[in-house]
Amino acid sequence: MNNFLAWIEARLPVMEAMNKHVLQYPAPKNFNFWYFFGSLAMLVLVNQILTGIWLTMNYEPSGDGAFASIEYIMRDVDYGWLLRYMHSTGASAFFVVVYLHMFRGLMYGSYQKPRELLWIFGMLIFLVLMAEAFMGYLLPWGNMSYWGAQVIISLFGAVPVVGEDLATWIKGDYVISGATLNRFFALHVVALPLVLVVLVFLHILALHEVGSNNPDGVNIKKPKGSQKPEELSKFKFHKQYADKYDIVDAIPFHPYYTVKDIMGVAGFLIFFCWVMFFFPEGGGYFLEAPNFTPANGLKTPEHIAPVWYFGPFYTILRVVPDKLMGTILMFAAIGVLFALPWCDRGTVKSIRFRSKWHLLNLTQFSICFIALGILGTMPASDIANLIGTIATIGYFGFFLAIWIYSKNENTKPVPERVTK
Amino acid sequence: MSNAPVDNGRRRFLTAATSVVGGVGVVGVAVPFIGSWNPSARAKAAGAPVEVNVSKIEPGQLVRAEWRGKPVYVVRRTDKTLADLAKHDDQLRDPNSAEPQQPEYAQNAHRSIKPDIMVALGVCTHLGCAPTHHKGDFEQHVAGVTDGFFCPCHGSKFDMAGRVFQGVPAPLNLSVPEHSFPKEDTLLIGVAPGEA
Repeated sequence: MNNFLAWIEARLPVMEAMNKHVLQYPAPKNFNFWYFFGSLAMLVLVNQILTGIWLTMNYEPSGDGAFASIEYIMRDVDYGWLLRYMHSTGASAFFVVVYLHMFRGLMYGSYQKPRELLWIFGMLIFLVLMAEAFMGYLLPWGNMSYWGAQVIISLFGAVPVVGEDLATWIKGDYVISGATLNRFFALHVVALPLVLVVLVFLHILALHEVGSNNPDGVNIKKPKGSQKPEELSKFKFHKQYADKYDIVDAIPFHPYYTVKDIMGVAGFLIFFCWVMFFFPEGGGYFLEAPNFTPANGLKTPEHIAPVWYFGPFYTILRVVPDKLMGTILMFAAIGVLFALPWCDRGTVKSIRFRSKWHLLNLTQFSICFIALGILGTMPASDIANLIGTIATIGYFGFFLAIWIYSKNENTKPVPERVTK
Repeated sequence: MSNAPVDNGRRRFLTAATSVVGGVGVVGVAVPFIGSWNPSARAKAAGAPVEVNVSKIEPGQLVRAEWRGKPVYVVRRTDKTLADLAKHDDQLRDPNSAEPQQPEYAQNAHRSIKPDIMVALGVCTHLGCAPTHHKGDFEQHVAGVTDGFFCPCHGSKFDMAGRVFQGVPAPLNLSVPEHSFPKEDTLLIGVAPGEA
C-alpha cells in the first residue's frame, strides 16, 4: 500500500497538495462566526450541482414540455419533490451565504491589498451566480419565469442603436419562446456551472497564495527571522509558507477549521432543512405564486417581482426614470463592487481598528442594501420610489465616501499580533 | 492555546461519534438520489397489470398482449398440443423447467396455471427478438413437432410450452410472467394468484 501511494505521489503529488492546502495550511487562529460562509457556499454549490444533475434526468427543456415535466417531477418521480426543493431552496441559500460571505469581506477589509485578485474572483463568482440563478428561474416555464425573463432581457433593448436587435438575438425569437428556454437550459446546466467551478477553484488558489485575512486584519505571516523562536506557531506548516515567513498565531486548517466548519454545516443544515421541509416556497419569496401557472405570453402577473436576492439591483433599476440610465446604474451597482479594493485607499483592514466614519459608512451601506432588497419585492409606489432613490444614493455613496475618508483616516493603533 | 494534555480516549470517541452521525447523514441524503431512479408513478401506471379476456381466444389461436412494453403471448392450446408436449422432452434443454424462468405455480408440465392457456413473454432468451408462432408447419424446424415458436433473428426454437430446444443459441425457456385468473375467463398479467 505504501509503495502504491509512493508510486502515485511520484507521478502526481496528491499528498503534497493535501499538505499545502489542508493539513499544513496556516489559518489564523481567530476566525469567528463570519468565517463559516465560505465553506457553506461550497456545500451549497455541491448541493446545487448534484440536485441539478438529478433534476435534468426528468426535466424536459421545451416550451411544450417544461412546465408539465416539473409537475411530473413533483408528483410522479420518487423523491422528485425533495430533489426540486433542495435545488430551489439551495438557490436562495446560496445567496444568503454569499451575501454574508461578502459582508464579512467588507467588515474585515479582506478585499484590500494583497487580496484584490481574490476579491475580483469572488465578484466574478457572484456575477456568474446571478446569471445562473436568472437562467435557472426561466426553466420551470411558469408565468413568473416568463415575465421575469421578459423584463430582464428587455433591459438589453435599452442599449443605443443595437438594443432591440440584441434583445431579439438573446431570445432567439421575437418573444421569449422555446428557443430561449433551450439556450438558457444549456447555459444553466452546462456552461455556467463549468465556469463557476473553475472560478471557485481559482478563488481558493488565490486565497491560499496570499493567505486568509482574519477579524483583526493583522498579518499572521511575519518577515522571516523577525520573530523569536518561542513566538512562532507550534504547528508544522508546509515549507511553501514556513520557509518564507515566520508564522505566528496560526493553526492548520485540518483538523481545526474542518471541525469548526462541520459545526457550521450542522447549524446551517438545521436551518436549511427547516425551510426546505416546512416553507419550501419561502412564503412566495423563493418560489413565487404566479409560477405555479404555466407561462402565458398574453397575461402578465399582477405584481412582477424578482426573486428576493435580485431585489436590491431591481430597485436601483426601477427608481431611475430613464430606461438606459436605469440599466447602466443597475450594472454599475455590481461593477462598482469590483473596484472596491481601489476605492478604499486605507491600509487598516478590520472595522475593529478603523474610524467611526467607516463604521458609519458600512452601517448605512448595509441598511441601504437591505432597504433596496425589501423595496425590490414590493410594488412600485411614490413613497417606495423616494426611499429607493435615497437608498440608491446611499449604496453608491459608500464607495465615494470610503474613497474620500480612507486617504487620511483617523484609525486606531493596529496590534502587532491578533488579539486573543 | 490550552496546555491540557491530550485525552486520546475522548478524542477517539468524539471522532467515532462524529463519523457515525455524519455517515447516517450521508446515507440519508443518498436516499432521494437513489430512490428517484426507481420507476416513477407514471412508469408504474404504464406498467400496471394487463387484463385479457381468454374466452374469446379460439383453440390454437395466439393473442398478443402488451405488458410493460413487452409482447406477451397468450395461446389457447388444443388437447392434441398438450398431449404432444410430453413427446419431445429428450430434444429440450430444460424439459422440466428447472431454471427459474417461471413462477413456482407455473413450474409444471405445461408451464401455466390452466393447462390450455399458455402465457409467456414473446421475448427470445437469446437476444430479445420476438419469436414467430408456427401452427402446423413447425416440422421444417424440428422434425416430428408440428407446432412451436421460431426466432427469426438467430434461429432459436421453442415448443408450445415455451421450452427451448437443444442446439440453438437461446439458453433458457421463454419467461412466464406472473399471471392469475381473478375470474374464470379473465387473465391478469403481472399479478400472481392471491395477490392484489
